[in-house]
Amino acid sequence: MTQGLQPNVIALRAGGRLLPSAFAFMRTRKTRVTDARMARAEPQNRSADDLRRSSQMAAAQAGDRATYEALLRDCVPLIRAFAARQGVPADHLDDVVQDVLLTIHRARQTYDPTRSFTAWLRIIAERRAIDLLRRFGRQRAREIHSPLAFESYADDTLRPAHNGDDAGRSNRVKKALTTLPERQREAIQVLVLEDRSLAEAAIATRRTKGALKVSLHRALKALRAKFAGKDLGKP
Amino acid sequence: MTSTPYDRLIRGLAADLKPVRRLPSPVLRAFAWLAMVAALAAGLASFADLTAVWERIIAAPDMWLAVIGSTLTAVLAVIVAFELSLPDASRGWAVLPLPAVVLWIAASGFGCLRGWIVPQSHVAALGEARDCLIFIVALSVPLSALLLLMLRRAFPLYPGMTAAIGGLAVAAAAATLLNFFHPYDAAATDLAVHAGAVAIVVVANRALGGRVFGPLAYAPINVTEGEVAPN
Repeated sequence: MTQGLQPNVIALRAGGRLLPSAFAFMRTRKTRVTDARMARAEPQNRSADDLRRSSQMAAAQAGDRATYEALLRDCVPLIRAFAARQGVPADHLDDVVQDVLLTIHRARQTYDPTRSFTAWLRIIAERRAIDLLRRFGRQRAREIHSPLAFESYADDTLRPAHNGDDAGRSNRVKKALTTLPERQREAIQVLVLEDRSLAEAAIATRRTKGALKVSLHRALKALRAKFAGKDLGKP
Repeated sequence: MTSTPYDRLIRGLAADLKPVRRLPSPVLRAFAWLAMVAALAAGLASFADLTAVWERIIAAPDMWLAVIGSTLTAVLAVIVAFELSLPDASRGWAVLPLPAVVLWIAASGFGCLRGWIVPQSHVAALGEARDCLIFIVALSVPLSALLLLMLRRAFPLYPGMTAAIGGLAVAAAAATLLNFFHPYDAAATDLAVHAGAVAIVVVANRALGGRVFGPLAYAPINVTEGEVAPN
């Protein structure tokens, strides 16, 4: 009977492997070292796809445009998947993709090709997704989305009957535009007059989408205040 | 090839691609900054009465512990700042300088108590304390500028935190260098002024960091250069 217990005790002393996980710190030094190496040893565990992406990114760092373009295209579905897993709604995935593509571009000098590219991309995508969710949450707390209310109440200030005098009106609008601050005028210029998308406008003006929206909003408010009470239709 | 909504952006980014030099490791870059600080320290040391400084520091354990604390804070915080400047860095890095900060604060705080134990030690008047404030803040300006410029070569996704930890490194380095020109004992007023100076530097860096690392701070990407996809 006592003989039967003996091997168990010996095994415990020798390898420490029979200890429950709560006592993992009591394991022998050798096992702990291998564990640590397993956790960090990305190169051995990397998939062929990941290795290909790493070498593509290294080529991009050297300035290879075609490879870079292929890599970015390859990243899009991955970014969408990472962002969706963070809980980004489907209609906002495009925003995350765009942010992440821009981040990859800006941060390409920080990537170390000996590390996993997919892991690098995943962390960036998750952070950008969380940024978006936070922004989204703040926006939802302040604004209401009510397309029906917008559709069903007529704008009293519109007088379709007086639309004839287009030239004089646009002149007055142009004059009013020149009185706006530089940033607001820029927002009107790119978003309204050039009819660019918010994303394109943000890149063209080197401003954030949020800043552009705010500028546009302020500009429109200022213009409205300027024309308040005046009838645009009449000279 | 299927057309995706990102075609234009991707083509624009590819057109904008220029070869980049891979950044050296964060620790290496941190030591580059520390080397600059060391050079500055060597320059300042030539103006200081080193034997007096040395005697003052080894006079009491809290004095040299505070110096070790502030030096260690500067070293650890600058390493963390460079780590955090990488987009994939873990936020967990931010706790690394904490033990050094605790040592620094505890040792300086103990210096206040010594005012009661050794009553004859010279306590800084408010005017002298103001000089400390000016010294720390003034020295922090070039050190911060250099650090922010170096950090900017990476792309931090936690710009505020990165800049604040960088500010801590700068303030700790400036407080360490202050020891060359600090002929009085740590007293409550003096300590409060030092803490205030460190806070000013950290907050200023935090505020500045948002701008220095923000989207406006980087060169624009001209996406329209790529061929426009037909809508």
